[in-house]
Amino acid sequence: MANSLALAGAAICAALGLVLIVATEDKVMAFHATLLLLSALIAGWAVIRRRDDADLRDQTKYFDGPIKVATIAAVFWGIAGFLVGDVIAWQLAFPVLNFDLPWTNFGRLRPLHTSAVIFAFGGNVLLATSFYCVQRTSRARLAGVWSPWFVVWGFQLFVVLAATGYLLGVTQGKEYAEPEWYVDIWLTIVWVAYLLVFLGTLMKRREPHIYVANWFFLAFIVTVAMLHLVNNMTLPVSWTGTRSYIIYSGVQDAMTQWWYGHNAVGFFLTAGFLGIMYYFIPKRVERPVYSYRLSIVHFWSLIFLYIWAGPHHLHYTALPDWAQTLGATFSIMLWMPSWGGMINGLMTLSGAWDRLRTDPVVRLLVVSVAFYGMSTFEGPLMSVKAVNSLSHYTDWTIGHVHSGALGWVGMVSFGAIYCLVPWLWNRKGMYSLKLIEWHFWIATIGILLYITSMWVGGIVQGLMWRAYDALGFLQYSFAETVEALHIPYLIRATGGLLFVIGSFIMAYNVWRTVRGDALVDEEDQPSSAAAPGLDTGPQPVAAE
Amino acid sequence: MDYQTVTLLSQYTALALFIGLFVAVLIYALRPSNRKYFDHAAKIPLEDDPDEHISRKI
Repeated sequence: MANSLALAGAAICAALGLVLIVATEDKVMAFHATLLLLSALIAGWAVIRRRDDADLRDQTKYFDGPIKVATIAAVFWGIAGFLVGDVIAWQLAFPVLNFDLPWTNFGRLRPLHTSAVIFAFGGNVLLATSFYCVQRTSRARLAGVWSPWFVVWGFQLFVVLAATGYLLGVTQGKEYAEPEWYVDIWLTIVWVAYLLVFLGTLMKRREPHIYVANWFFLAFIVTVAMLHLVNNMTLPVSWTGTRSYIIYSGVQDAMTQWWYGHNAVGFFLTAGFLGIMYYFIPKRVERPVYSYRLSIVHFWSLIFLYIWAGPHHLHYTALPDWAQTLGATFSIMLWMPSWGGMINGLMTLSGAWDRLRTDPVVRLLVVSVAFYGMSTFEGPLMSVKAVNSLSHYTDWTIGHVHSGALGWVGMVSFGAIYCLVPWLWNRKGMYSLKLIEWHFWIATIGILLYITSMWVGGIVQGLMWRAYDALGFLQYSFAETVEALHIPYLIRATGGLLFVIGSFIMAYNVWRTVRGDALVDEEDQPSSAAAPGLDTGPQPVAAE
Repeated sequence: MDYQTVTLLSQYTALALFIGLFVAVLIYALRPSNRKYFDHAAKIPLEDDPDEHISRKI
């Protein structure tokens, strides 16, 4: 049954790819249709080859194959996304690095960077951690036979379609929602499958209570589905072409876009990663979360407040004033759940603070929560209209985003990857704790260089833009403000480079661990670094 | 009903709904009789030791 469904799906995709290749006059569409056809053929071949594989249906074991793929994919896309980010940081300092080629132009590489780090890196981290967490805390195997594989590989196809599209100039021009209509449809199918696998696993759980991390993961999956659908209501020009137009116009389009944009931050980059915090910090320090009650209040207040904060991206625009004030007010109210959650994460270490000194993975996780606190303090501050009049459109915003993205999302992801790899590949720990230490310090220094230079640069920009001379003329031309930013841009790009180097160190460490090399500092590793049940062999889930 | 009345009504309804929900969450989270349940829930991630939960009664 599962086999024939999977094969039917692959056949439909292959047929669709074939039809599009023949029918389209659009070269990018033909290229993407070829990718779809090839993926469908590979998927069909994989299903046929493993049609009688008993491991796929063994309900006494956790389903970890797709999680392994997502973990490796996260490391791979992470490096790619950070690298492209640093390239465009150097481009801003030295425009000659655009090379006057369309494919390496800042305008195309910038969405490549944002999509690669948010969706490809962050998305794969979330796929891996949510599938790992929901199985363990439900004490049940992932629902489905082929669907978890489809979710993970289908998501990689989405990433490749989106990324190659940007480089070839295909974009719908909506920030963080650049993929065109057909890629959006593909993501919708993958995402619905993700939701069904997650819900199906929860439904067959053997633990009566749904652990709080799963609440956060579920809120992330459901809300992202809603945001994605509403913000991508486009009409394709032709069914065989890449171009489409959004159905909203003017300020409605802007409001929908930033309702989407801010909740991508709130639910993709916050709720999902809070799920990681609530599972991986307790696991790694071997203590229950500081206050489970606080986590419940945290969850409900966070999801009810976040959804309203979007209009603060449109201060002093054509958006009605009341909507701007509403956005700012809800942003300020978000201080409470954000800091409640941060305190809950940090205080989980109470009584185990020594782990901060001895375990660099705990340090990654804790510093990430500290950055979460910092950037969720800064965000509401910047949403106040008076502050926003200075900060908006400047690089302060870029600095703020990266203190959240590199500091919170990046560091918590690295911590989770360092936990997951030994657990998934049944090792006693990561290959080298020392290298994690190096990664931690290099990345942290990189982040600090990044955000401090952007604070200074952003405020300089803001002040120069609003400076008037005695006659009431603007004191500086725009080019002068660009020139003033040269040194901050150099410092930022250097910080970014350090962050990239850190991710290479992680990739090397992960590779040596997966290969099964002997640990270089086994005596220093905490017991929670080892795969659960390592001494008792592979761990089964009890049969019903 | 004119536009003004409708907006006013919807705003008050939303206000009452949101505050009501928040109060309900607080009551659920802080009720003393739920303490044992939450204490158990907090330990869920720490109890996935395979040997232990095979024999665990649910």
